[in-house]
Amino acid sequence: MEKFTKFSSRLAPLPIDNIDTDQIIPARFLKTISKAGLGDNLFSDWRYTGDGTPKPEFILNRPEGRAARVLLAGDNFGCGSSREHAPWALFQYGFRAVISTSFADIFRGNALKNSLVPIVVPEDKHKALFAAVEADPAAEVTVDLETQTLTLPDGSSVTFPIDEFARYCMIQGVDELGYILQLEPEIAAFESKRTLTINTLAEV
Amino acid sequence: MSTDQPAPKPRTIIEKVWDRHIVAERKGAPTLIYIDLHLVHEVTSPQAFSGLRERGLKVRRPDLTFGTTDHSIPTHDRNLPIIDKVAEAQITQFEKNCPDFGIPFYGPQSKKQGIVHVIGPEQGLTQPGMTVVCGDSHTATHGAFGALAFGIGTSQVEHVLATQCLLQSRSKTYQVRVDGTLKPGVGAKDIVLNLISRIGIGGGTGCVFEYSGSAIRSLSMEERMTICNMSIEAGARAGLIAPDDTTYEYLANRPFAPKGEAWDRALASWRQLPTDDGAVFDKEIFIDANTLEPMITFGTNPGMGIPITAAVPDPNAIKDPVERETLGKALRYMDLPSGIPLLGHPVNVVFIGSCTNSRISDLRAAAGILKGRKVNPNVRVMVVPGSQLIKEQAQAEGLDRVFRDAGADWREAGCSMCIAMNGDQLQPGEYSVSTSNRNFEGRQGKGGRTFLASPLTAAATAITGVVTDVRTMLGKN
Repeated sequence: MEKFTKFSSRLAPLPIDNIDTDQIIPARFLKTISKAGLGDNLFSDWRYTGDGTPKPEFILNRPEGRAARVLLAGDNFGCGSSREHAPWALFQYGFRAVISTSFADIFRGNALKNSLVPIVVPEDKHKALFAAVEADPAAEVTVDLETQTLTLPDGSSVTFPIDEFARYCMIQGVDELGYILQLEPEIAAFESKRTLTINTLAEV
Repeated sequence: MSTDQPAPKPRTIIEKVWDRHIVAERKGAPTLIYIDLHLVHEVTSPQAFSGLRERGLKVRRPDLTFGTTDHSIPTHDRNLPIIDKVAEAQITQFEKNCPDFGIPFYGPQSKKQGIVHVIGPEQGLTQPGMTVVCGDSHTATHGAFGALAFGIGTSQVEHVLATQCLLQSRSKTYQVRVDGTLKPGVGAKDIVLNLISRIGIGGGTGCVFEYSGSAIRSLSMEERMTICNMSIEAGARAGLIAPDDTTYEYLANRPFAPKGEAWDRALASWRQLPTDDGAVFDKEIFIDANTLEPMITFGTNPGMGIPITAAVPDPNAIKDPVERETLGKALRYMDLPSGIPLLGHPVNVVFIGSCTNSRISDLRAAAGILKGRKVNPNVRVMVVPGSQLIKEQAQAEGLDRVFRDAGADWREAGCSMCIAMNGDQLQPGEYSVSTSNRNFEGRQGKGGRTFLASPLTAAATAITGVVTDVRTMLGKN
């Protein structure tokens, strides 16, 4: 996992609630066996016409949206399927954080495992961010994961909640599996106490 | 019995299953929990297997892991080649990954192949009190057995393959109590669509549902699976139903269920699972089953649902500007007027299938309506059983003849048009009535428009070619 470092960036605003993972990366792009190339198909059906031409009005096709590393989205971002292809696509496109008033559980978990920071802000700050980017598309925010602080274009800042362990992993650039593997003695001890009720390898 | 010890705190079934699976709790990290059953499929596993290979890791417990091909597999004749070479490569890779890592699986040619959330229960792999995970958000289906079952991402698929464990934070508990008796023409799908329309698609975020109440108790296991399946559509991590005699009767003698003394031991343990009297939930909602009508969705998320006789809501009547725009955007995508019901709206396709509604009782319900009738010539009707065993059972009962005689297409098992990865899809602008679980933009094919409903409503609509209230047809064929 890529180490997360403090950065400043423009915002790409998508003022729509309940953006689901089928919009982030439609299912037809899930037939791949690798992670590569997903960024090109991020928001595919909103971003391109049927023949693959970019829709000029969509934010990621506009100059002010292209440079953004922070997506500013409506409430309940990432609802729907468990596909990790959604944060993979967002990350590959260049996003390093998504700001919303809430995130769907599975998406949030998947994002944290890929150095994509899901930033939950209160409703008033959320509205202020949309207003700021509308007034000045070049307005920037700063994301600092060490201090869990988002600095708004007006210089004010807000702290955001983040799972302590996921934060540690992102700052160090390590993934969770290494940690779980270290708990092997506990896992083995747990297994030794259990009576199994299935064996998928049995001939039935 | 000693009287000086405090009585144990009453717990919900959700807390009991969680407590039974704690492997380690370290300061500064989420709880490490053990996973009893890990189901894998071709779409969300390839990158996890690649991760194992890169790290030189094995699958820790292939005996607690099971695979099937369902998402990208065609539902036409299995002897025909797969036209989509990308999908074929993914299935071929899965057929290599499973044996490479010692995992048993049902490939495209297996007589037991089917949708992952159909075959787990069908084979007796899903059992009460288990933790069940799969790289698929509809894993909550297995909650019908009193299992804590939830969807995970591909990174976590790799974690479970390697360690049989997951780092998880405890969820909040949410009681969904449904009391009363359902009226004719109203079923499990209508209960869950009603719930989601009330609390919204984010209403269960951070929570695990326990469905309880007399209406839930009277449901069959297949109906309970339909309800638990759509827990994620209300944003919940999982949804479960405490096991009872209905559960044990369904499970007894299934291929992977325990037998003999092992069954007796397991049963004694399962009987300890139901929520204790006096246990407190973080949230609660009550639904009166007596008042429910057949439900249908009109918009672009599963929370946009209404009773079938009700009018599509008017965005102009909504005060909040973002909510108004969200509804307005949905109606523009769906190209629907507000203020009138969907009844009578023409449809192009009827899809009966998916992990929500593809089991034998769903097919029987649909066939009960279609028997002796003809599908409207303007409608393409696809019936896709959830597993090859269900297909076989349906054929033994003559249901395939009912569907074919009516003019419906009888297919092989798979996810099919629920997710439209396998070639089964809507054309841009087409409308479907679908027994699946999601009506997101483009979910059933780019530009396609989905009305979610029960198998009864789907079958009634197949006959008339327009959205139809099945209650007008009951008992008339």
